Amino acid sequence: MSDNQTERRVDDETGIETTGHTWDGIEELNNPLPRWWLWTFYACIVWGIGYCIAYPAWPLVKGATEGLLGYSTRGEVAADIEMFKTRNAELSTQLASADLETLSANDALQRYAVSGGAAVFRTHCSQCHGSGAAGAKGYPNLLDDDWLWGGSVNEIAYSVRHGIRNEQDSDAHWSEMPAFGEILEEAEIETAVQYVLKISGADHDAGLAAQGAVVFEEQCSSCHGEDGKGMIDQGAPNLADAIWLYGGDAETLRETITYSRFGVMPAWGLRLTDTDVNAVSAYVHQLGGGQ
Amino acid sequence: MSSSELPPSLYAAREPIFPRRVSGYFRRLKWWVMIVTLAVYYLTPFLRWDRGPNLPDQAVLVDLANRRFYFFWIEIWPHEFYFVAGLLIMAGLGLFLFTSALGRVWCGYTCPQTVWTDLFILVERWVEGDRNARVRLWNAKWDFRKWRLRLTKWMIWMVIAIATGGAWVFYFTDAPTLAVDLVQFTAHPVAYISIAILTATTFVFGGFMREQVCIYMCPWPRIQAAMMDDDTITVAYRDWRGEPRGKKHENTTGDCIDCMACVNVCPTGIDIRDGQQMECITCALCIDACDEVMEKIGKPRGLIDYLALSDEKAEREGTSPKPIIKHVLRPRTILYTALWSLIGIGLVFALFIRAEIDLTVAPVRNPTFVTLSDGSIRNIYDIRLRNKYGEDRKFHLSLTSDQLLRIELQGTLERSVVVPADSTLLQRVYVTARPQDPAAGIARTDLRFWVEDITSQERASAATVFNGKVSQ
Ligand code: SF4
Ligand code: SF4
Repeated sequence: MSDNQTERRVDDETGIETTGHTWDGIEELNNPLPRWWLWTFYACIVWGIGYCIAYPAWPLVKGATEGLLGYSTRGEVAADIEMFKTRNAELSTQLASADLETLSANDALQRYAVSGGAAVFRTHCSQCHGSGAAGAKGYPNLLDDDWLWGGSVNEIAYSVRHGIRNEQDSDAHWSEMPAFGEILEEAEIETAVQYVLKISGADHDAGLAAQGAVVFEEQCSSCHGEDGKGMIDQGAPNLADAIWLYGGDAETLRETITYSRFGVMPAWGLRLTDTDVNAVSAYVHQLGGGQ
Repeated sequence: MSSSELPPSLYAAREPIFPRRVSGYFRRLKWWVMIVTLAVYYLTPFLRWDRGPNLPDQAVLVDLANRRFYFFWIEIWPHEFYFVAGLLIMAGLGLFLFTSALGRVWCGYTCPQTVWTDLFILVERWVEGDRNARVRLWNAKWDFRKWRLRLTKWMIWMVIAIATGGAWVFYFTDAPTLAVDLVQFTAHPVAYISIAILTATTFVFGGFMREQVCIYMCPWPRIQAAMMDDDTITVAYRDWRGEPRGKKHENTTGDCIDCMACVNVCPTGIDIRDGQQMECITCALCIDACDEVMEKIGKPRGLIDYLALSDEKAEREGTSPKPIIKHVLRPRTILYTALWSLIGIGLVFALFIRAEIDLTVAPVRNPTFVTLSDGSIRNIYDIRLRNKYGEDRKFHLSLTSDQLLRIELQGTLERSVVVPADSTLLQRVYVTARPQDPAAGIARTDLRFWVEDITSQERASAATVFNGKVSQ
């Protein structure tokens, strides 16, 4: 490229002045840009500098320059949260002391409880019970109609507030099945397994099950009931239905009876506000299994 | 370095343009277009349309807060945004059609930039006088008179600009209410900010930028070249008739007397006699100006005229040009028209078949099914019910399927729910197959949900599937 700008030249073909820039014999014509465009460009630069001064802009080793306006997206979120807190303050106080049984009569409060409860659930409960509340092995499914400690909204709220078999809350639900491996012979356990298979309607060995009925009567019925249908005030599961917390096959039953199970749930009343406990209880209650 | 050796400047100041007043057929047409387009823009928000007690009664309203768009008898919900997309596509194709047939007719007559610039020039001429007076004023010193005229002009421009920005916000909320709020300074800040921005753009673009917007800012002039061909009708100068030009007494043979009338009236300040140029918005004012001159000197009109490139060729060779209709009706325009109508018919059709009640079904897939204690299999569905009526309606829900399935609604023993006026309701629905029912053991069972508006007995349905428990 030659940068020969010492003389002005007009292109013969177009009659337009050239800039004097030539590349391999190709000349650049000078079709001047509007001056206001140039000023717009300068204005953008000024704006850019102003922006860098006013807002967080330059990355530093740790963080970035803060900007004179003190703006931060985190601050904006915090302000939003504050705004919603004030906006919902009244509903929130109402919910903290609301009667959950009659909650659905108050449409606004019910909606607030359920959507707030959904958020609480996702944050605190979904790790064990799953994001869809379908549970997992050892963690109850909250969508079905089988409840270890009761499925009315108040019973659910009690379980949430005080937890299950935890030592932080003396009001926690507590029941403990003995590890029958230390009490019964292996053969006796096998008969009990066959009996439980029988009452739950699964394939079983009829002879062993008949013997197992006696073992069950002696060892198990005090908690699980004569008919094996469980007892809610003991937290003893119904063994005659289609729902199993750990599994209803012979192998799992053998393991359960031999070593026992000891599922624990935290006392959320110690960690969450009354509003949150009530909200998440209302939410769980309307998932499909609530009674 | 002497001054002739300085490098040429890469930036140019805007050349001021002082379009002269002109009268004639196209000018009259443009006045009418201006009156109609401005009237539509300023008055539409104040048209009323009765939609019943729960709905706004503004004929044209973009209700962003409630996510509704009202256009007379039509109400569009967010899920029907395809109507807006369709209208935008039609607007695009319409521009293609008009550009390929008539060149930049949009630019010359209806573009807001042109209409408001025209209005601003009208004010300018009214305050400062016609072209020659304005040129003199431009060159005059800033004395009292110049200040007085300039300030008067700017103030009138400002009033128009504020009215323009003001009218815009009326499309987004109830206009009469907002008008009162605005003058009492109780309207939402967003309204004032919108007005301020639009006022500034109207004032600057209409008063000072004018043709610069068309030449340097607008993308349309760049795209139009692809739309135009030999048959496109544009404004052109019959140089074979006009040249060699010259004053009458100079005894030249061409019809053009070099009076510069066409240049003086041009709002973009170009000389159409140089041939077609990117700057020309085909406003046809030069046609009016030249026709006036031709009449005065007793020559036939149409030295500058609406012409197609192919006509130029034909006339130059002495053959007769194609009739207008043959220019306009050609495969390209017919194709654009066909596409345009196709989408239009599709939209009208969609408008007529859309129901006032509606449902969308979202099957809960986490988990796919729930086993109940008696071994029944339950699927959960979130059904959004839509009631477009201006009053509450009771919807009855049911399902049909080849298999036996039972339906229950969350929170109620009934099979029906009340959906509030002009809104949607999310209803959780349980579908259950007892252990002995085949659906409990089949991987997928087709089913269809039905909703019936108990008042109007309209029905709508949506298909989905039921997941059974399949033993591995
Ligand atoms: S050349 Fe003629 S048609 Fe084109 S912008 Fe100027 S006056 Fe209008
Ligand atoms: S108005 Fe007509 S006669 Fe006058 S300069 Fe233009 S083309 Fe020539």
